Amino acid sequence: MFRATIRSLLNRKLRLILSTLAVVLGVMFVSGAFVLTDTIGRSFDALFTTAYSTVDVQIIRTPRSEAGVQDASVAEPVPASLIDDLEPVTGIRKITGTIILDGARVISPNTGKIISGGMGVPNFGGNWTGEDDLVKLRQGRGPSEDTEVVINASLAKAGTFSVGSQIEILLPATGTDDPTGETTQSRRRTFTVCGIFGYAGGRDSVTGETYVAFTTPAAQRLMLGTTDAFSEIDILVADGSSPTAVRDAIRDRIGPDYRVNTGKDAAKEQSDFLKDQLKFFNYILLGFATIALFVGIFIILNTFSIIVAQRMRELALMRAIGASRRQVLVAVLLEAGILGLIASGIGLLCGIGVGAGLAAAAVTFIEGMELAGLGVPLTAVIASFGVGIPVTLIAALIPAVKASRIAPIAALQESTIPDKPLTRLTIGGIVVTLAGNVALALGLTDHAGGHELLAAFAGILTTFVGIALLTPIIARPAVSALGRLLAWSTPGELGRRNTARNPRRTAITAAALMVGVALVTAISTLFSSATVSTRTMLDETLHADLLVYGIQTGQNPPTFHPNLLVTTRQQADVEAVAGYWYDVARSDDGQTMVSATDDLAAFIAISGSKTTQGRGTRLAPGEIVIDSRMAKEHHLTLGSTVRYGLTRADDRDFTVIGIYQRNEIIWGPVLSIEDAQDFRARDPQLAFINLRDGANVEAMKAMIDGMLVDSPDISVVDRSGYLEQQTSMLNMLLGFIQVLLALAMVIAVLGVINTLILSIFERTRELGLLRAVGLSRAQTTRMITVEAVVISLFGALLGIVVGAGLGAAVVQALRDEGYTTIAFPYGLMAIYLALAALVGVIAAVFPAARASRLNVLTAIAHE
Amino acid sequence: MTATTTANGVAARAVDVWKVYGSGEAQVIALRGVNIELERGRFTAIMGPSGSGKSTLMHCLAGLDSVTRGTVEIGGTVLTGLSDKALTTLRRDKVGFVFQQFNLLPTLNAKENILLPLSIAGVKPDPTWFERVIESIGLSDRLGHRPSQLSGGQQQRVACARALASRPEVVFADEPTGNLDSRSGAEVLGFLRTSVREFGQTIVMVTHDPNAAAYADRVVFLADGQIVDELREPTAGSVLDKLKSLDTPEVCADVLGEGTASGGVA
Ligand SMILES: Nc1ncnc2c1ncn2[C@@H]1O[C@H](COP(=O)(O)OP(=O)(O)O)[C@@H](O)[C@H]1O
Ligand SMILES: [Mg+2]
Repeated sequence: MFRATIRSLLNRKLRLILSTLAVVLGVMFVSGAFVLTDTIGRSFDALFTTAYSTVDVQIIRTPRSEAGVQDASVAEPVPASLIDDLEPVTGIRKITGTIILDGARVISPNTGKIISGGMGVPNFGGNWTGEDDLVKLRQGRGPSEDTEVVINASLAKAGTFSVGSQIEILLPATGTDDPTGETTQSRRRTFTVCGIFGYAGGRDSVTGETYVAFTTPAAQRLMLGTTDAFSEIDILVADGSSPTAVRDAIRDRIGPDYRVNTGKDAAKEQSDFLKDQLKFFNYILLGFATIALFVGIFIILNTFSIIVAQRMRELALMRAIGASRRQVLVAVLLEAGILGLIASGIGLLCGIGVGAGLAAAAVTFIEGMELAGLGVPLTAVIASFGVGIPVTLIAALIPAVKASRIAPIAALQESTIPDKPLTRLTIGGIVVTLAGNVALALGLTDHAGGHELLAAFAGILTTFVGIALLTPIIARPAVSALGRLLAWSTPGELGRRNTARNPRRTAITAAALMVGVALVTAISTLFSSATVSTRTMLDETLHADLLVYGIQTGQNPPTFHPNLLVTTRQQADVEAVAGYWYDVARSDDGQTMVSATDDLAAFIAISGSKTTQGRGTRLAPGEIVIDSRMAKEHHLTLGSTVRYGLTRADDRDFTVIGIYQRNEIIWGPVLSIEDAQDFRARDPQLAFINLRDGANVEAMKAMIDGMLVDSPDISVVDRSGYLEQQTSMLNMLLGFIQVLLALAMVIAVLGVINTLILSIFERTRELGLLRAVGLSRAQTTRMITVEAVVISLFGALLGIVVGAGLGAAVVQALRDEGYTTIAFPYGLMAIYLALAALVGVIAAVFPAARASRLNVLTAIAHE
Repeated sequence: MTATTTANGVAARAVDVWKVYGSGEAQVIALRGVNIELERGRFTAIMGPSGSGKSTLMHCLAGLDSVTRGTVEIGGTVLTGLSDKALTTLRRDKVGFVFQQFNLLPTLNAKENILLPLSIAGVKPDPTWFERVIESIGLSDRLGHRPSQLSGGQQQRVACARALASRPEVVFADEPTGNLDSRSGAEVLGFLRTSVREFGQTIVMVTHDPNAAAYADRVVFLADGQIVDELREPTAGSVLDKLKSLDTPEVCADVLGEGTASGGVA
C-alpha cells in the first residue's frame, strides 16, 4: 500500500505541487516570522551589548509604569547626592552621573525639518561625560560653555554640521519656568558645535539616533529642568570586582526607589523591550499565514476530491482485491501527509529566506545596526511542520473518507460518481454559517467572556466555511447567469457549460477566491463607513475654523509652545481658542486616555458638546470633568473621585466637578493644565481655534503659520483640510491591507489553475474530440478562459456580497463607537470584480496552453 | 486498378504514404507505401488484422496525423505541410468523424452535438439538410436528450449525424460499431449506407467485422502496413473467404508480391 501511495504521488507531481503551493506559502510566512524575529532579536542583543559595553552597573529611578523599562523621554531625575551615598560601597572604580533623554530635536539648516534617524528613533540630549572605550571624539573638544554642544557624527552628517557651526535645537518642555526668562513662542535655542564624536569601530551612531551633548549643568537645566540631578548613574567596577556583587551592594544601600542593574541586564532589558515591539511584524506575518493556510485548505480539498474521483476505478479495484476501507483511507491520508511534509519543508526553507531578507531590509533602516548571523530557531522548524502537515491532513480528510466509501463494484462500472443531491451539504452549510454568525455576533457585542477578538475571528472563518458549503447550490444558477454574459461564441458556451458541470468543484475553487475578496471588501466597507461617519460627525460637531497640530510618528507626540495659545487668543478676529493635551494614564481599567485643556468652556463649545451636570468652566488642579457614558458606566456623580497615575507622577485622586455630553471629539476625563504638566508631553498637542463671523480665515491661518516657524512638525489647517487629513490616514491603512487581497488572490489563482488543470486532465478525450471536429487552438484557449473567468467572477461576487455583509455587521455593532453610517465602497468593489476577471484570464493561460497543445490522437485514445 | 476513377471523381487520396513510429530499436513501420483513392459518393471499408495499420491509415487520411513520407489529399487540398490551424479548419469543414467510442460531449444535448462542428465554424445549419439527416437517423424525438440519456446505438447514430451535418468531403469512421450489439450496429451501418446512397456522401470505415464490411461498396484489405487486396460489391461471405485466404501465410506472401508488383491497390 505504501509503495502504491508513493507511485501515485509521483504520477501526479505537477498537480500536487500546485495544490500544495498554498501550504508552502502559509508555512513560509510562519517560519519567516520566526526567523525574522530571531535574527532581529539577536541583532538587538548585539547592539545593546555594545551600547552598554562601558557600563558595569546602572542606577535609574524605579519606573512608575508596570512596563518596567526606562522611558527615555520621561526619566525621573536621580539626585546628585546619591553619588555620595555610594561612597562606602567597595569595588567601584568610577562613577559617572549621566543625563540622556529623548526630545532634543535638531532642525536641519538645509530643509528646515527635524532631523530624524527614522520612525521612533530617539533624538537624545545629554551631558558630555568625556571619551571612553565606546565614545570617541573625532573633531574638536567637549563643551566648556553652556552654549556649546558636541554632536554625534550621524547628526553632523545629516545636518552638514562641522565644528564651529551654529545648531538650532528644539528642547523639550521641562515643566519649569523658562530658564532664559525670555517671552517666546518657541523652544528653539541656538548653540555652537564645538566637537563631533563617534563610537568605537567607526560607527556614527549606535542605532541611527541623533545625539547632542551639553555641559552637565546645561543638560540638567535644559533636559531635566533641575539642577544637581542626573537621569542615570553609571558605574564601572574595579578590576577583580564582579558587577553583580557591586549591584547587590548598591541595592542594599539605596533601597527600592532606585533600580540597580548590571549593564548586561540593562542591555537585555532594552533589547527585550524592542523585541516586544517587533511582535507587531510577527502578527502581520502570522495573519498572512492564517489566510494562506485557510485558503489552502480549500484548494487541497478540491485537489484530493478530484484525484479521488479520477482514481475511483483504481481504488475500487483495490477494494475488490481485498484492501479494507481503512487501508484506502490510510493510503489517501498517507499521500496527504507526505505532501504536507514536503510542502512544509519547502515552506520552511522559503521562510528562512524571507525572514533573512526582511531582517536584512529592516536593518538597513537602522543606521549602525549590524545584522546577526542567520539562525533557524527550533520553534520555526516545529511550527512549520506542526502547521503544514495537519493543515494538509485536515484538507484531505473528507476526500479520504469518500475514497474509503467507494464500493468494490465501482471497479466494474463505466460510470463516474453520480452527483449526490446537495441537500445535506446545504443544511450543513446553513448550520455552520449560523454558528459562525453567532460567534461573530458574540465577539462584536462583547459577550465572549474576554475573548472577543478570538470569537469574532473564529466567527468569520466559520462563516466562510459555512458559505463555502452553501456555494455548490448557488453555483449552478449563478454560474449559468454569469456565463451567459460571456458565452457569445461556441467556445464560450462550451466553457460556461463546463463550469456548471461540477458545481462542487466550481464552488470550492470560487470559495477560495471568495475568502480574500470578502476580507478586503469587509475591511473596505468598514473604512469607507468610518470615513463617511467621521466626516459627517466632524462636520456636524466640530466648530473650529482652524486647527493646529502635528502627526505623531514616534514615541513623543509633536507639540508647540503654550504661548501660541495666548498670542492667538489676543487676536481681534479670534472668538475662542482651546489648547489640548493628551496622554495615557494608569487607571483601574488598566489604561485610560486622558486629556487636558486650558479653556474648558471653549473646548466643550467648539467640539459641539455641552455640559449636562455641574460646571463646565475653568478646571483647578485635581479637578476633572467626565463624559456622561463614563459617569454611567463607572457610577460616578459630581464630587466622586477617580484615581489616575499620570506618566510623570504617582497615582492620585481627581474630583469630578462636571459631566458633559460625549462625542467623537471630546470624551473621557478632561484635566487641568496644571495636571497636564505630569503628562508625557508637557506642551499642548492641538489647538482648536474658533474665529468670529466674517473673520479672514486665510489671514489668520497665515499669521499662525508664522508663529510655527520653529515647530517644523506642527502645522495649521482649516476645517476642510482637517477633515481631509483625518480620513487620509484610513486610506493609507486601506492600501496596506489590500496587500492581503493580493496575497489571497495569488493563492486563489493557484486554486483556479489547479482546478482547471485537473479538469482538463479529466476531459482529455473530450478535448481530443473537440479538436478533431475542428475546434482551433485559439478557440480552445477561449473556452478555457471563459471557464476560468466565470469561476473567478463567481468567487469575487460571492466575496463581495459576503464581505459587504460582514462589513455592514461590524459597522452596525460599532454604532456606539461613532460608526453612524454604513457606506459601501462601490468603486473598490468594481475594482475587485475587475481584478477577479483578470485573475481568471491569467489563471487560464497555463491550462489553456496545455489543453490546446494536446495531441489530438493521444487525447482521443486517453483512458 | 490504380486508375480507378469514376465519373464522381476522387474525394481523398493517399500517394506512397509511409508512417514510421519511433526510431532505432523501437521503430515501428505502420504504413509502407500505401496508395489509395477514395471515390466520391462511395462507401469504402478497410479491413485487416489487428495492428495492420488500419487506424493509422485512417488518421493520416483524415489529417489527424502526419505522414512520414508521401502525400495525402482531401478534396483537392494537399495536407502535407499544412499548419495546425489549416488542418483544424480542414477537419472542421471537409472531414467528418465517427470514433469507436466517446463521440459526444456530455454537456451538450443531441441536437447541439450534431451541430457542434457548424457552431464552432460559426456557420448557420442548412435547415432542410438538417431535417433530412435527423429524419434518417430516426431520433427526431430525442434531440433534447443528453448523451447520458441515450443508448450506445443512439449515441453512435447521433455521432454519425454530427459527422454528416457539415456535408463534409469524407466521413471517416473507425470501428463505429465495435462497441455495439449487432442490432444497434445494423442500425448505424444502415444509416451510413443510406447517407451514401441517398445523399451521395463519401464514407470510409475501418472494421474487422465481415458483416459490417458487407454494407460497403468496396473493401480494401490491409496487412502489415500495405494494401494487399480488395473486393467490390462485397457480401459477408465473400469478405470472410477473402480474410481466410489472406490468413494463410503462403497466400499472404503471394498477395504481397502481387501488391508490390502492381504498385499497391487502389
Ligand atoms: N503512436 C504510436 N506509436 C508507436 N507505434 C504505434 C502508434 N500507433 C500505432 N502504432 C503501431 O502501428 C501499428 C499499426 O497500428 P494501428 O494502425 O493502430 O493498427 P490497427 O488499427 O490496424 O489495429 C501497430 O504495430 C501499432 O503498434
Ligand atoms: Mg485500430
